[in-house]
Amino acid sequence: MIAAISAHTKEPEESPSWESIREHIRACMQCGTCTGSCGSAAAMDFTPRQLWRMVQLGLRDEIFTSRTFSLCSSCYYCTLRCPRGLPLTETIHALKRLAAARGFTAKEKGTRFYRSFLKTARRYGRIREMELMTRYFLAMKDPFLPLGFTPLGVKLLRKRKISPQIPRLSGPGKLDAIFRKVEELEADS
Amino acid sequence: MNYLYYPGCSLEGTATEYHVSTQAMMAALGVELREIEDWTCCGASAAESVSGLLSRVLPARNLALAERMDSRGDIVIPCSACYLNLRRVEVEITQEEGLLDKLNAALGEEGLSYRGSTKSRHLLDVLARDVGAQQIGQRTQRPLEGLRVAPYYGCQCLRPYGGYDDPQQPRSMDPLIEATGAEVHPWTMGAKCCGAGLMTTKKEVAVELTGAILRAARGADCIVTVCPMCQMNLDSYQGQAAKVQGQDLGISVLYLPQLVGLALGLTAEEVRLKSNLALTDSLRQKLAV
Repeated sequence: MIAAISAHTKEPEESPSWESIREHIRACMQCGTCTGSCGSAAAMDFTPRQLWRMVQLGLRDEIFTSRTFSLCSSCYYCTLRCPRGLPLTETIHALKRLAAARGFTAKEKGTRFYRSFLKTARRYGRIREMELMTRYFLAMKDPFLPLGFTPLGVKLLRKRKISPQIPRLSGPGKLDAIFRKVEELEADS
Repeated sequence: MNYLYYPGCSLEGTATEYHVSTQAMMAALGVELREIEDWTCCGASAAESVSGLLSRVLPARNLALAERMDSRGDIVIPCSACYLNLRRVEVEITQEEGLLDKLNAALGEEGLSYRGSTKSRHLLDVLARDVGAQQIGQRTQRPLEGLRVAPYYGCQCLRPYGGYDDPQQPRSMDPLIEATGAEVHPWTMGAKCCGAGLMTTKKEVAVELTGAILRAARGADCIVTVCPMCQMNLDSYQGQAAKVQGQDLGISVLYLPQLVGLALGLTAEEVRLKSNLALTDSLRQKLAV
């Protein structure tokens, strides 16, 4: 039965990363320990256990349009407790990468936050928290979003934990060479 | 004892009191820290969600710099996310064939190379196993008697790496807290997730998780943490969590080196106590600061 399902859902254009994701989850026996260990499960549309079944069944569109993997906080509880020893948290990260690469999550807050984060790291080498949030707000194009963070921002400014710095928008970035090489190496593989 | 030191970006910003108190506490304990020169961001949890290779190259750059300073020195890392990222590279190069070559291909762009000789360790690991409670007890000048402390570990200092404590029911902070003269608040929330980065992207979910931890800490005078993200979430969103939980959840959230530092005789200024957002009057009175 399982062989019949995988034969039916296997499509020739499946990318290597999708195949490796399925390979990681192949041994999942649907015990649900992951769901029972997940602090965010209640807010997910599909629980972690359901997500792994969907991976086994090859339901890619349903997975990529679900909220499930964007609610993972990387606490590694499911990975620790999985009786099969499967790399569940890392597989969630692989799903996030694949979803972003296919444009499913381009407008997601998480994706835009990660991109803003890496732009800041590339430019300065280290994260400037205030600039990171500014870049994130600009990327989200939502004038109300910053309001939710303003009270905290004011407190942090008062405590001198963050400081407004003038962003440098042009010129070479501290980690440009390494970022470029990584892009090149990833394009080759 | 001497170590290499990787503070990470948060410790230069929102977790500045963790940076200052870690260095002051270590100096008071006679431990030398040498900051890795020209260190850069480890990629946090952002790189892993964008590029698998980048999430390994960014930590590897720092490991290469550390190796150049001291090829056999342990690296002390106070931030749990940084610790996880740096440690992961050390583990994965022994498991994944060809990974080290790939990392070096990228690091070569900056004239760096990495051989894999470093050992990244969380600050808590070093405090618990190298320094030890006995040493802290012996050096304690101002016992924190009558103070009840809830030890909060969070996730990434314990899982998936760690190896110095039980990843579900951690206890390594208990003897350290007791060595300061304080007592441990008994609870089961020490290794539960605070919501981490979801506080920025899915606030309603993270506030729920944070609220459950704060509620369980009722009865303690303060929570101590060993992670900038955990401290930020528990310290800065108490008002919002209180609204959701329908009760007052105000409690001070200190970094472990702040607590230990005070017991060692450091002043409130030396451990930057004024930088913590939620510092309750009752804690101030008990600490006499």
